[in-house]
Amino acid sequence: MKEKKVVIDVEGLTKCFGAFKAVDNISFEVFQGEIFGFLGANGAGKTTAMRMLCGLSLPTSGKARVAGFDIYKQSEQVKRNIGYMSQKFSLYEDLTVMENIRLFGGIYGLSHKQIKEKSSELIETLDLIEVSKKLVAALPLGWKQKLAFSIAILHKPQIVFLDEPTGGVDPITRRQFWKLIYKATSESITVFVTTHYMDEAEYCDRISMMVDGRIKALDSPQNLKMHFSASSMDDVFLRLARKAQRQAE
Amino acid sequence: MRVILFLLRKEFVQIFRNRMFLPMIFAMPLVQLLVLPLAANYEMKNIVAVVVDHDRSMVSQQLVEKIAASGYFRIHAYPTSFDEAFSLIEGDRGDLILEIPKDFESRLIERGGSSVFIAVNAINGIKASLGGAYLRQILTSFSSELRERQMPVAAFPPLPLIRLKTSVRFNPIMSYRHFMVPGFLVLLVTIISTYMCGLHAVKEKENGSIEQINVSPVKKYQFILGKLIPFWILGVVVFSLGLFVVARWVYGILPVGSLLLLYAYLLLYLVAMLGLGLLVSTYCHTQQQVMFTMFFFMMIFILMSGLFTPIESMPRWAYLIACCSPITYFTEVARMVILKGSDFSHLHIHIGMMSFFALLFNSWAVINYKKTL
Amino acid sequence: MFRDTRTLLILFGLPVVQILLFGFALSNEVKNSPMLVCDYAQDGVSRNLIDKFSANKSFNLEEVLLSHRELNDAFKKGRIKSALVFPPRFETELARFNEAELQFIVDASDPNTANILMTYAAGLVGDYQQSLLLDYSLPYSIQPEIRMLYNPELKPSFTFVPGLLALVLMLVSVMMTSVSIVREKEYGSMEVLLVSPVNPWMLIVAKIVPYLFLALINFITIMLLSITLLDLPVNGSALLLFAESMLFIVTALSLGILISNVAQTQQVAILISLAGLLLPTVLFTGFLFPIENMPLALRYFADLVPSRWYYLIVKSVMIKGLGLLAVWKETLILFLMTASLLFLSFRSFKVRLL
Repeated sequence: MKEKKVVIDVEGLTKCFGAFKAVDNISFEVFQGEIFGFLGANGAGKTTAMRMLCGLSLPTSGKARVAGFDIYKQSEQVKRNIGYMSQKFSLYEDLTVMENIRLFGGIYGLSHKQIKEKSSELIETLDLIEVSKKLVAALPLGWKQKLAFSIAILHKPQIVFLDEPTGGVDPITRRQFWKLIYKATSESITVFVTTHYMDEAEYCDRISMMVDGRIKALDSPQNLKMHFSASSMDDVFLRLARKAQRQAE
Repeated sequence: MRVILFLLRKEFVQIFRNRMFLPMIFAMPLVQLLVLPLAANYEMKNIVAVVVDHDRSMVSQQLVEKIAASGYFRIHAYPTSFDEAFSLIEGDRGDLILEIPKDFESRLIERGGSSVFIAVNAINGIKASLGGAYLRQILTSFSSELRERQMPVAAFPPLPLIRLKTSVRFNPIMSYRHFMVPGFLVLLVTIISTYMCGLHAVKEKENGSIEQINVSPVKKYQFILGKLIPFWILGVVVFSLGLFVVARWVYGILPVGSLLLLYAYLLLYLVAMLGLGLLVSTYCHTQQQVMFTMFFFMMIFILMSGLFTPIESMPRWAYLIACCSPITYFTEVARMVILKGSDFSHLHIHIGMMSFFALLFNSWAVINYKKTL
Repeated sequence: MFRDTRTLLILFGLPVVQILLFGFALSNEVKNSPMLVCDYAQDGVSRNLIDKFSANKSFNLEEVLLSHRELNDAFKKGRIKSALVFPPRFETELARFNEAELQFIVDASDPNTANILMTYAAGLVGDYQQSLLLDYSLPYSIQPEIRMLYNPELKPSFTFVPGLLALVLMLVSVMMTSVSIVREKEYGSMEVLLVSPVNPWMLIVAKIVPYLFLALINFITIMLLSITLLDLPVNGSALLLFAESMLFIVTALSLGILISNVAQTQQVAILISLAGLLLPTVLFTGFLFPIENMPLALRYFADLVPSRWYYLIVKSVMIKGLGLLAVWKETLILFLMTASLLFLSFRSFKVRLL
């Protein structure tokens, strides 16, 4: 196996809320260009872990480097090199499609020319030409999600973090969405995605299973199925989750 | 710097996009400024007097005429009994009762003196004490006129006379509107800018868009400036419209002092108050919370800032609270510059205090905003 | 709404703090007004007059000899509100010509305060003059016998507390309802209710009741504080007062519902119920500025403000001790207002259902 470049390096990362350990001493590596799936039931600590890596919350202890930068000391550089798409749709609903693209392009330091090129390219690939001057609030959820993803990778980040990106989206749009993800990896963007759809897990290169704030298993979907002699990822998950202490919220 | 421009563009688009927003920001304050000063009139000129004249003599009639002609009182009714008069007071159709006894004239002439009975509705204490004082003055001058008419000059030695020569400064026609318009102007600018800024900032928290900003390389101060500057500009625009359109054209109030000084102070004041708006928003999660918290502060600031009642008259502790409110200082400065023509040298304390507030609120807001991460 | 402790704290804390703060602090009296005394005479008469002024609680004296320019500066800095200037040889002139003049300069940028100060100053000088005449018994003098009804100590809280009560109840009730309903609208939970077979009337009633309770608790707290701490009497029937307050709260809540039907977002609801209502309520309730002084059009407008009627009711029942007979008109007006507000809300509710 050829040596791959490590883009996320996590060691002993822990986050406590009072006495409650939301994330309990997790360690893993993510390699450049892969799709890294973060699986777990609601409340397993996926989102908390991801928020620490994005610089949205500070870890209680542990070390982590994202895109080669320390998340404590170099959060500014980290932010320049990542994209993020949150669970809740968080673009500006009272801005138009174009205005959102322009705003985030500007924030990430793209030149006016780049913004122009990117946005027309983006609007074309997403088939948003007719609604580009409409308020984002008027778009159907699936389109909003695709737009949010495209904006998250607008500035060609090394890594993009996706927090349950396909929640509440119909199967067809979900498939289209994954096409976008594959396209991003082909441009050597690393994708870090949390989900609780087990069928989506099959799309990932490697998967870590989180239970009660700890990583219980980490491997490719094939190997995991083999290891647990399960027929599907659903099965794998059920076997692991059965031992869970925490009830889903 | 470029990032701030992008953020500003976004804020302005958002503000101007909301169709209810603009009329609220511009029309509402201006209409209020147009109408409210007409309502705020404190003059005690229409004290309603109810006269019960049991005497019905020449002298008693002269007395009543003199009261009616004084300009302070309006004689409402001449009931025949005190009870009847009292029911008028109960129904709020009279402010005071003047009861003239039956043998008023004869006692005055034959025994050299008489008395009248005055009952004042004192629920409004200041109205009652002023009404009483006016009436007493009228009675004194009525009796000395009577004396001059009825008695030869030589009958008693000349009275020593101390004349109080009164001169009024800064508002020679004693127009209450001149006093209220600058105050309302300050108030409306405050409500609009501070409220909107706080609400606008917390809205990002409520709908989650702040997350998207927080993972981006946008720095805290850039985000905060992006929130402050639009409302800073809007505040200045609202103030200018109020000052040049309403105050000048409608009420004919021309600032006596330097406009430059007034605007410099306005800018400083807006920095302080927008900082307060942001500060509140860092402690809140929903617009509703911002609204109630701001409402709390605004009520206290508005009623205790000397806008309606003089702060020197408050008890010591309340006076100290008033001194901790930025609105107090700007209300004073607006009146001082617009009405009295005070210049920079008169405003050292005001400028110092406002700079302190601006620094305090903004640095507190930035520190707290950082902590929330 | 009940889950949010901070909102709850503000809802209950706010009225209490405000009544206490304003009940003690607000007054339209003029007290401790800073006055400068320039006594160029330094003789017996000027001394006596200065003593009279300094004994009066309206003035706060400071004796310095200032030049004309310095005096001007003191006014412009806002350090003083008035100045009393005695010319040199004041007493000598009074003795020689039986007449002397002293100057009273007042900052009229606040005409109300200026007017009160002038009245008081004239009164003080007049009193002093009278005391010089004590030796003579003057014929044709009229002795006024003055009685202050209802409020013999002339406490300002007698006007301000009923006014603040009306103000707080009105604003809190309107804001609570309008904002919470619009919030539900924003979150979409309103749609669920609207598609259900619930009668719109029932919906309105269900919305009103919790806030009615909240506002009543506010009312009771305010009353208890005013009675115990501010020494306000309840001369009339407490039951009547309670019933009238309930009616007034329902009026305000109905207004809140109407606003919530018009506004689409919380921000707009807040703007209408605060920026739009705060100042008109403060002004047209009538506790700060007499309504009879306003131009005719504004007097008619004031009649549309519910708190104006409630304020009259509270004063009549609580302080004057009158019964329902004296306030039936105001009560009827509040009733009619409530009915028409609810009718309008009901109509706009239906429109949205279709």
